[in-house]
Amino acid sequence: MSFASLNGIPVNGSPLVEPIHSSSQLSIRNVTKVFAGKKGLFNKVTRKTTRDFMAIEDISMEIEPNTFVTIIGPSGCGKSTLLNMVAGLSSISNGEILLNGKPITGPGSDRGMVFQSYALMPWMTVEQNIRFAVETVHPKMSPKAMTRVIKEHIQLVGLEGAETKHPHELSGGMRQRVGIARALAINPQILLMDEPFGALDALTRGFLQDEIERIWEQQRKTVIMITHSIEEALLLSDRIVMMTRGPAARVDEILEVPFPRPRNRESIEQHPAYHTLKAEMESHLFRETRAVEEARVRSK
Amino acid sequence: MAMGSPAIASTTKKSGNAFFKNEGVQSVGLFLLSLILFLLFWEVGARSGLFAKGMPTASKTLQELWWWSTHPFFNNGPNDLGIGWNLLISLRRVAIGYTLASLIAIPLGVLIGISPIAYRAFNPYVQLLKPVSPLAWLPLGLYILRDSEQTGIFIILISSIWPTLINTAFGVANVDQDYLDVASTLGASRLRTIFKVIIPAALPNIVSGLRISMGIAWLVIVAAEMLLGTGLGYFIWNEWNNLYIPNILVAIFIIGLVGLLLDSIFAALERFVAFGRNS
Ligand SMILES: Nc1ncnc2c1ncn2[C@@H]1O[C@H](COP(=O)(O)OP(=O)(O)OP(=O)(O)O)[C@@H](O)[C@H]1O
Ligand SMILES: [Mg+2]
Repeated sequence: MSFASLNGIPVNGSPLVEPIHSSSQLSIRNVTKVFAGKKGLFNKVTRKTTRDFMAIEDISMEIEPNTFVTIIGPSGCGKSTLLNMVAGLSSISNGEILLNGKPITGPGSDRGMVFQSYALMPWMTVEQNIRFAVETVHPKMSPKAMTRVIKEHIQLVGLEGAETKHPHELSGGMRQRVGIARALAINPQILLMDEPFGALDALTRGFLQDEIERIWEQQRKTVIMITHSIEEALLLSDRIVMMTRGPAARVDEILEVPFPRPRNRESIEQHPAYHTLKAEMESHLFRETRAVEEARVRSK
Repeated sequence: MAMGSPAIASTTKKSGNAFFKNEGVQSVGLFLLSLILFLLFWEVGARSGLFAKGMPTASKTLQELWWWSTHPFFNNGPNDLGIGWNLLISLRRVAIGYTLASLIAIPLGVLIGISPIAYRAFNPYVQLLKPVSPLAWLPLGLYILRDSEQTGIFIILISSIWPTLINTAFGVANVDQDYLDVASTLGASRLRTIFKVIIPAALPNIVSGLRISMGIAWLVIVAAEMLLGTGLGYFIWNEWNNLYIPNILVAIFIIGLVGLLLDSIFAALERFVAFGRNS
């Protein structure tokens, strides 16, 4: 039996329809972000001119479907800027971002976003917050189907019984559960999370990380998450993108995380690669953060 | 046994103290005490001629208050009208003028607040017109409308429009960027964003604007009515012409009470739309 005939055998009885040219779902290609400074006569007169600021420069990466990617880097390096460009909330100064081969030009419901500040509408109940998202994305969905989708996602994040509560009646951890349910309920291709647990205490944070791991095992959606926590990145991600300090931040290194899934805190610590990865990330973050601090001292 | 009874005595004493230590009880007590002292001072002062000549005593005024509030609805012509009727006339004018003002101010405020350019362009008008005394509009209103009833409503409208307009525009212009980001990542249309996100988010500001506007409308109506013909303001003016001070004091009390009532309705509304935001 030759290789040629082996390749010709249809997998699972169905013939391969067409070859996949690129395996990546999201391509970030030579992306640069420059925040324009204040210029012009009016600002010159009022002495309010500022210089252009290049936050990130020439960042490229390919993200395959069903991977969990975390971005980690020193504070202020441009992680949020990059994520907002993927979300379509912020314009791209140079380069392009392709989603399934099509350039991103603005926000869209193919990407779901989880915000650090939760960004729940205070005047809506838990159920209404999720309903608002589903209704916006699928205005023609039948009421029955919509109610089912909402209920499913409330169950997914473990919020049964809190449907009729308003956000101010919930704890931070529960609010972020609503944020996650809202982002997932529109069934996006990619989930974007900007420090989703940044405002939570350590214990709640741990609980929600476990929840994210559990939900990810169920759905295996592509996720891009920003974090400051090394342990969090190691627990959840397939790949860790480490960014250098700004201005003109770049990607320093991309780490592959080989731990088998499903994961939990204890099991990954037993893995032989755990401590090397952790040490590598620590030294990277330490080096970049120290450089930031030194630059700040010198500029004063 | 000898130890028992003093212990019981001391606990009952403590609970008695606790009643008087309660801040609510204390403030009500202070309120009643000061009221009694005030009325007493008034009564004694008026009887001994300490104040201006002809100043009514407290008991006389309270008597009048009782009479007017037990006979609110009688009608012997415009110069002898029960205070209930006058109150209803004033309230009706305020309701019409204020509703019209709100119907203009809220949509206009939303439009101005949505666009930063419009916000800056229209701000000078608002800032210029806001500090103008409502009564300055009176001659203009009478000249244009040639009708005292409509002029009253016009004055309420023109003076109660500004706070609602300013607060609405401010609230809309300062909606939390996060809410707008949520709407745009979901791909919500502009109209849906305005009605489902921007207006509800600005609602606390809109309601506090409405509350200030209502306060102003109630202030203005009394002054305007002195020059008009009926209503609580005219009642005061009429009693001044009769030189009967107790009735003026009765009217002042009723005006204050109704203003307080209106304000607390809006305060409750404010709490209702706050949903845990800086309430
Ligand atoms: N709208 C803007 N205009 C000008 N500069 C901006 C703007 N937004 C962000 N920046 C600058 O771009 C840089 C990157 O900001 P960004 O918020 O992306 O950092 P970050 O990595 O998310 O930081 P953190 O970890 O603190 O969240 C910062 O130096 C910031 O001051
Ligand atoms: Mg950030």
